[in-house]
Amino acid sequence: MTKNLVISTAVFAAMTAAPALAQDISVKLGVLNDRSGVYADLSGEGSVVAARMAVEDFKAAENGMSVEIISADHQNKPDIGSNITRQWYDVDGVNAILDVPTSSVALAVADITAENNGVFLISGAGSTALTREQCRPTSVHWTYDTASLANGTGAALTNAGGKKWFFMTADYAFGHSLEENTSAVVKANGGEVVGQVNVPFPNQDFSSFLLQAQGSGADVIGLANAGGDTVNSIKQASEFGITQAGQKLAALLMFTNDVHALGVQTAQGLSLTEAFYWDQNDETRAWSDRFMEAHGAMPNMVQAGVYSSTMAYLAAVKELGSAEDGKAIVDKMKAMDIEDPLFGKVTVRADGRALHDMYLFEVKTPDESTGEWDLYKEISSISGEEAFLPMLEECDFSKK
Amino acid sequence: MFELLGVPPQVLLGQLLLGLINGSFYAVLSLGLAVIFGLLNIINFAHGALYMAGAFVAWMLLNYLGIGYWPALIVAPLIVGVFGVVIERTMLSRLYHLDHLYGLLLTFGLALIIQGLFRNYYGISGLPYQIPAVLSGGQNLGFMFLPNYRAWVVVASVLVCFATWFAIEKTRLGAYLRAATENPTLVGAFGVNVPLMVMLTYGFGVALAGFAGVLAAPIYSVNPTMGEQLIIVVFAVVVIGGMGSIMGAIVTGYMLGIVEGLTRVFYPEGSAVVIFVIMAIVLMIKPEGLFGRTA
Repeated sequence: MTKNLVISTAVFAAMTAAPALAQDISVKLGVLNDRSGVYADLSGEGSVVAARMAVEDFKAAENGMSVEIISADHQNKPDIGSNITRQWYDVDGVNAILDVPTSSVALAVADITAENNGVFLISGAGSTALTREQCRPTSVHWTYDTASLANGTGAALTNAGGKKWFFMTADYAFGHSLEENTSAVVKANGGEVVGQVNVPFPNQDFSSFLLQAQGSGADVIGLANAGGDTVNSIKQASEFGITQAGQKLAALLMFTNDVHALGVQTAQGLSLTEAFYWDQNDETRAWSDRFMEAHGAMPNMVQAGVYSSTMAYLAAVKELGSAEDGKAIVDKMKAMDIEDPLFGKVTVRADGRALHDMYLFEVKTPDESTGEWDLYKEISSISGEEAFLPMLEECDFSKK
Repeated sequence: MFELLGVPPQVLLGQLLLGLINGSFYAVLSLGLAVIFGLLNIINFAHGALYMAGAFVAWMLLNYLGIGYWPALIVAPLIVGVFGVVIERTMLSRLYHLDHLYGLLLTFGLALIIQGLFRNYYGISGLPYQIPAVLSGGQNLGFMFLPNYRAWVVVASVLVCFATWFAIEKTRLGAYLRAATENPTLVGAFGVNVPLMVMLTYGFGVALAGFAGVLAAPIYSVNPTMGEQLIIVVFAVVVIGGMGSIMGAIVTGYMLGIVEGLTRVFYPEGSAVVIFVIMAIVLMIKPEGLFGRTA
């Protein structure tokens, strides 16, 4: 008992003495994503590595900041994600939450972040609701959203002749958002939606849903899913002779690690939209090689987005001198001119949507691919203004 | 032609066939579980992880040793079976005299460990495994395009299930096995090596899971979570069929695969749940299962 008393007094004394010793701005970042399920490879440990690289490259210590990074697994479940987020804000003193793939979890985290005046730097999630129906002044939606994917792949395939679409939709927030956005783009470009089916999320066997898609007579089968689900859908579509018979597959959300898992033999010719690819220019190549050394795989756009959004966040905190007021930091980020080594010119709009170029890629054929990670060729780029949806009046936080 | 509830018969037939294919996996896996539970009274929660291990061993055989699909159909289950025997000898055999729950906890823990190890080394995206050239392509049946490999899955599983059922119900070895579980002391007194039989039976049940894994490798993504989703459904299948019944497990496996396939046509959102609904109903009406025998 006395020993405990002595120890706790010493700790207390040390804590009260600490501010007098260092004037560092202390920042605590939490990387929350799927570390064990279907989205673990597109985010997971790779996002933590990206966050660490950002803190290193920002040279926090020289800028008078001490930055700590913690991470957790939300297992793609909103209730687990919510609990972790609450604990992080209430008990652990986290200032900003990064990444969060799985839109249903992200929507919950956005709410809790707004309540606690933290900052939510969204990289993994895709639902447009994050900056529209459920927009929050403390959220920055950095990397991509379902509208930009629709405007990329959806428009490209419809204009190339794929007029009739059938959707296989992962039955949760993200899948529905992706289907909604892509349907709108398809119709706007003169196409029609001939059918859709809701597939349980997550799922292993897509054979019966693919059969329904085959029977619908559609030109294009839109895969409104991601991660392991997309990989399985594509493998099984090839098995059932769908692509051989002439129907095209639209992998509406696909990442570098998915294509790597499929192999160029199976994935060749697939069109997809991404915000970043490791082989685009010297800067992306240099950064990606460092990432590869630290993590063992090339980065995808989600992990690159964690790096970029963290760099921008730390710059904003440095200018403000504190990490306490989430809304103020986000307002600062919206006012900054950001020249990012990975994403190029980035503007964070008043509703929290980060505008930057998106790129339409096509997967290389085995003959064209010269290395294990040589997977994409760039077809075209789409400017931020065209790719993303216009801002909603009620989400214009600059007026509030 | 007539339409059933707005669904044309071609689509229905196609889905029934697909349901049969899924049912094949359920049948082989629930057979292994039923053998292990019926004959050894162990609830083997590690079954899903060992199915996954079977798929990974097939992949490893191809990529590290150059051994292709056909030899792997025999070698991989053997390897997984030997691993099962080791588990049985070193850990499970100590729990036979205890409550069922201890075996369940041990095998559940083992499942988590095996899955975690594979995930640590191989990631979650999955590893590619090609369909063997001889089985690639398919037949256009008119109402659907049936991949040759999936037809092979049905054939292989029916053969294996029938052979297992025959061995257990109709041969002398099977008779010894069934007697040994009912009364090990008496059978042991007759000079039959009961512990050896138990060990080999567990190994065989586990090898069946490994075999299902090799069958699954070319069509499902070879990843550490492939057993997770499947095992819960397989347990439901075994419960519905009757925990001790071999024939029950086989027939129920195919039947429920077809039911699930039909649900996917009429109400896809419910396809993940329908088997459990049936399980709840069966438990309320006939708790020992459709083919189970009351004690």
